[in-house]
Amino acid sequence: MKRTFTQAVLFILISTITPAVVAQNTSPIHGNFQLDAQYYFKDSLIGAPEVPQKLLSNGFANFEYVKGDFSAGLRYESYLDPILGYDSRYQGSGIPYRYLKYNNGDLEVTAGSFYEQFGSGIILRAYEERGLGYDNAIDGFRVKYIPVRGVTVKGLIGRQRSFFSTAEGLVRAADLEWNINESCDSMAGNKTQWILGGSFVSKYQKDQDPVFNLPENVGAGAGRISMNSGGWFANAEYAYKINDPSGGNGYIYKDGQALLLNFGYTKKGFGALFGAKRIDNMGFRSDRDTTGTNLMINYLPALTKNHTYSLAALYPYATQPNGEVGLQGELFFNFKSGSTLGGKYGTDLSVNYSRAQAIEKTLIDTVGNPDAIDLGYTSGFLKFGKEVYFEDFNIEINKKLSKKLRMHLLYMYLHYNKSVVEGRSSEPTVYAHIGVLELGYKLNSKNNLRTEIHHLYTKHDKQSWAVLLLEYSLAPHWFIAGFDQYNYGNNDVDQRIHYITGTVGYTRKTNRITLGYGRQRAGIFCVGGVCRTVPASNGFLMSITSSF
Amino acid sequence: MIIFCLSLNVLYAQDAGRKVPTASIKTLTGEVFSTENFSNDGKPMIIDFWATWCKPCIEELNAIHEEYVDWKEETGVKLITVSIDDARTMTRVAPFINGKGWEYENYLDPNGDFKRAMNVNMPPHTFVINGKGEIVWQHVGFTEGSQEELIEAVRNVLKEEKAASEKAN
Repeated sequence: MKRTFTQAVLFILISTITPAVVAQNTSPIHGNFQLDAQYYFKDSLIGAPEVPQKLLSNGFANFEYVKGDFSAGLRYESYLDPILGYDSRYQGSGIPYRYLKYNNGDLEVTAGSFYEQFGSGIILRAYEERGLGYDNAIDGFRVKYIPVRGVTVKGLIGRQRSFFSTAEGLVRAADLEWNINESCDSMAGNKTQWILGGSFVSKYQKDQDPVFNLPENVGAGAGRISMNSGGWFANAEYAYKINDPSGGNGYIYKDGQALLLNFGYTKKGFGALFGAKRIDNMGFRSDRDTTGTNLMINYLPALTKNHTYSLAALYPYATQPNGEVGLQGELFFNFKSGSTLGGKYGTDLSVNYSRAQAIEKTLIDTVGNPDAIDLGYTSGFLKFGKEVYFEDFNIEINKKLSKKLRMHLLYMYLHYNKSVVEGRSSEPTVYAHIGVLELGYKLNSKNNLRTEIHHLYTKHDKQSWAVLLLEYSLAPHWFIAGFDQYNYGNNDVDQRIHYITGTVGYTRKTNRITLGYGRQRAGIFCVGGVCRTVPASNGFLMSITSSF
Repeated sequence: MIIFCLSLNVLYAQDAGRKVPTASIKTLTGEVFSTENFSNDGKPMIIDFWATWCKPCIEELNAIHEEYVDWKEETGVKLITVSIDDARTMTRVAPFINGKGWEYENYLDPNGDFKRAMNVNMPPHTFVINGKGEIVWQHVGFTEGSQEELIEAVRNVLKEEKAASEKAN
């Protein structure tokens, strides 16, 4: 059945493309591709195992054909075999993503694979993060319709992608968004804008458990509101999910709740943002027995800054779906050139604080009462637990010092509860101070030098680190960079390792090729002008990307 | 061989007049916006895909910011930013932009619908759009100094349009 659909998409693509190509010089087909190949060396010092295949590669290519209101597309993916860090269930090649779509402005119908997000995604978000090997696209039908100006209705039914197959569970969902100002003429010129939204998601999975009586249909609903007035903005979303015993929550029958709040003020040169959230038992998957990152129906955003400097991103936070409260505040300033703080060229400053901690949980004792339904625990909505999961305070300053020299400074204080965030017991809690100095020097209009010096001070986990990066770029095509991440403070003298990497890259328009050699730690890695997420490794890495 | 030549045609005809695809994105105040409504009164536009967590993207938009007034004066170009920040960092986008003092036209693409339609692999990815709304040039990545290549692509659009209108007359 699936193969027949793919063949149909292929047939339509090929039969419509060929005459179009002959008829005119504009290409009716567009897409992109990426190929990453890695050659591995065994490195017992950093725990990199011997890879029997020596060379592993991940690749994908998207092709899309658009004509008028109609479009069709597919993605060929191959993992031969999957690069280390990717799930081994990706093994092989295939066309897991293909669709046919009709869109006339007011009505859009998709048959096949699609991505979707309702509100902030807390009850439904199908998305892809290719660099992480994450893809929970839905395969089925989706309809989007605008019945009247300002109102958008979406409905979908399908099964989520699970590597090269689909999940057993079925997802049915609907969403309505109403932009009041757009649909009511009397509100059209109003300075204050209101947007309301509501969504409902239901999943079905057969109960085949010999012991538990599990709910086969699990519903979740969410409501949201957003307001903008002058520079002020506020938005809130609340979600509720009925009992959904799963591997992730220890098969308890408690319901789930999530609340996200954001408000702030912004005008030119200034921004202030405050956010708060409470998550309680909100893991939601197509397959209740799955753990890890596979088959999530919803997305619970972390309320923390997403750092890009490698040592600032050494201990990144991820939302705890079983329960957390989080807070974030951030201020942005742009001091104009000529002012006291701005100096000759102006200065950017941002201050950010975020914190995530446990919700209060009172365990329900069902011992001695085998017939009782295990609700797990009770939790007061506004009661916080004592355990801190994560805390980050940081200040960033960005300043141009002269025509040729620019500087970026970061200071960060970090509190990282490794046991909770990484889900492993008896790991240390890390308290760290991190400093980063980045300098960019313009030799002339095309030749540039850039350096980053980082230092992370901590007595915990693997102790202190230092980083040195040197990069030379010849705009617009070439760059070469060397990067050393040195765990100089490690209490274990043998583990005081230099993670050294050398990278050279060439870019021409949308074609880009990079070659690297060295030891690489997992994380967001930005060099030569592009950021991507990379797994840990030791060896040669070649990456080719192109859009066409 | 015919298939090979056809596929070369497909690959090398890349910048020959593809219209900006239609996708649904959001304004910074959360309103739904269709990309077919991008407009600069027949003058060229730049579309720049970026994210608040992408350093080279910020460097690129900072570098252009320093020259933007001159660019607008010389070519009439308008820069449109499309942030691919997701629900985690999306609310940071508006205060972040103001905190940088940027004066671009800004949108959000939180689930990557427009990003996919434009075949963007990774940010920053920059497109030059001519007066007819067609993609005529694109570039991925940023290194200091690359902004010169970008404005040169905009100047070429104006040259070609001028030549075409002279020919028509």
